[in-house]
Formats: sequence, structure tokens, C-alpha cells
Amino acid sequence: MNVAVAVYDLKQDALAPASEAGPAPKRVVVGFGFWVFLLSDIVMFSALFAAYAVLVHATAGGPAGPQLFNQVIVAIETACLLASSYTCGMMSLAVIAQRRHDTYLFALITFVLGAAFVGLEVREFADMIARGATPQRSAFLSAYFTLVGCHGLHVAAGLIWLAVMMAQVAIKGFRPAVDRRLLCFALFWHALDIIWVWLFTAVYLMGVQP
Amino acid sequence: MTDAPYDLAPGDVSIFGKMGRMAASGVGIYTIGLVLAVILTATSFWVANTSLLWAHGVPMGLVVLAIAQMGVHLVFFLHITTAPDNTNNVLALAFGVLIVFLVVIGSVWIMTDLNTNLMPSAELMNMHMQH
Repeated sequence: MNVAVAVYDLKQDALAPASEAGPAPKRVVVGFGFWVFLLSDIVMFSALFAAYAVLVHATAGGPAGPQLFNQVIVAIETACLLASSYTCGMMSLAVIAQRRHDTYLFALITFVLGAAFVGLEVREFADMIARGATPQRSAFLSAYFTLVGCHGLHVAAGLIWLAVMMAQVAIKGFRPAVDRRLLCFALFWHALDIIWVWLFTAVYLMGVQP
Repeated sequence: MTDAPYDLAPGDVSIFGKMGRMAASGVGIYTIGLVLAVILTATSFWVANTSLLWAHGVPMGLVVLAIAQMGVHLVFFLHITTAPDNTNNVLALAFGVLIVFLVVIGSVWIMTDLNTNLMPSAELMNMHMQH
């Protein structure tokens, strides 16, 4: 029996399985929890995508995609969001290295690019509404404004979050809680970019197909 | 055994900071991701506007490009890997993708089926939906 215990101990020392290493650090737990939230957010977007795909031809005699969508604006919006995803990554690296000035600089660039995206989208919406393509006009337009507007709201919320995080870095410094929130923000921002990839593919590029 | 007994949080860049060579490796990975994403995005816009390709194949091509770009974002920006320390993240992602496929493909399939099988006469249809 003693031998068996000894062998067991030896095995444990050699292997030290992850399941016996104790609870995971808070950073991992928080990151995973936020990842699950993001996936549920993506599932919500998938319902909006499905509604759009079903209703895309239900224009009720009103304007359809090819008359409404401007690919140049969409390309600029895409460039803004992609570049802001990159600068957000640079910000994450600066946070890990605890370099305050780099963090502020890249957060500022990320914020400006994100704000440019939201501004372009608001202008696009205002232009469409001015031409009579309001959400009430047809089921297609209801689905379009819900889907694209929901993504735009997420980006706007992300901008507020980013501003709050920079205030926290300024006041509280790089303490673990702030670092974890910045990790979650970076996840959120990159996930929004993934949703935008599907948006410009499914709505704008397929929308202008004959 | 691995030197990382714990799981890794998705998107955690502290893995680059271990050796103090954070700047080089981290920036490099994000830059590769950006370059690939730009190439795929530009290809998407070109494919949608060119007349060189068979028009009926374009939507499928766009879907493939979007899936590829999603992969690039997941690997280079969110740092999701197939390593053992990422198993939880990958499994959650797989479940999310399953639900997304069920919702989107299921909805489109059912509604297309209803449209084909239960569509009223053409005149009546024009009052509801313009195809």
C-alpha cells in the first residue's frame, strides 16, 4: 500500500495535470467569461443576419440594395475598422509592457478611427433617410437598419468604454483589475471587426450583385 | 508537461511579454494579421465588382473570403490557437459557430421552402413582396 502511494506521488510530480493545478488565475476566468458573452452576442447577430437574408427581397416596391449602397463609403468604413483593430492590438501590447504613453497614443488612434467609422455610418443612414429609404419603408429596410444599426451601436458603446478605460488608466494606473478590463475591451473590439467582415460581405457586397 | 499548466484567456497578449521581446514578436503577429486581412478585404471588393468571374459563383466566393478573414482575425488578433491551453476557448467558439449555422442556415432554408411551396398567386404576391 505504501508503495502504491509512493508511485502515485511520483506520477503526480512528473505529470502535474492542469486539473490539479488549482483554480485558474482571475485573468483567465474573466477572459473566458467575456469570450462566452461575445459568442452569445455573435449568436444574437446571427439571428439579425438570418432576418436580413430572409427579408432582403421584400422591398415592397421601394428602393433595393443596388440603389442605396455606396461601395466607396463602405470601403472607407472597412479600412477604418480594420486599422482600429490593429491599433487596438498595439494598445494591448503597450498595456502588457505597462507603457503609459504608448497606451494613450494607440487608444487615441483607435478612438479616432472608430469615431470616423460611426460618423460615416451615421452620414450614410441620414443620406438614405433623406432619400425616403426609412426603416418604415419596407421589411428589407427594417432588417437592414436593425442589423447595421446594431453593429454601429456596439461600436459606439465600445468608444465610450475605451474613453472610460483611459480615464481608469490615468487615475488608477495599470492595476490587475484595469488590465483585465482592457483585455476584455480588446476582445470586444476585435469581435466587432469579425462581425463587420460578415456585414460588408453579406449586406453590401452581395447586395450590389445583380 | 507544458510550461503553461493553466488555460489561456482569449486575446491575451501577455504570452508575448514572457521573454521581454514583446515588441518584436507581438507587433509582428498583429502586422501579419493586418496584411492578410487587407489582402482578403481587397480581394472581396474586387471579386464583387469584377466582370471577369462567373457571376453565379461570386456569392460563394465572397463567403469563402469572409470565412478566411474570420480565421485570420481569430488567429492573429484574438490569438485563438489549437494548443491545449486554448481548448476551452476553441470549444466555446465551436459551440457558438454551431448555433450560428443552425440559426442562419435553418432560417434561410425554412423561409425559402415556405416561399416556394406556400406562395399565393403572382398578383397577390406582388402586394406583399417584391422579388
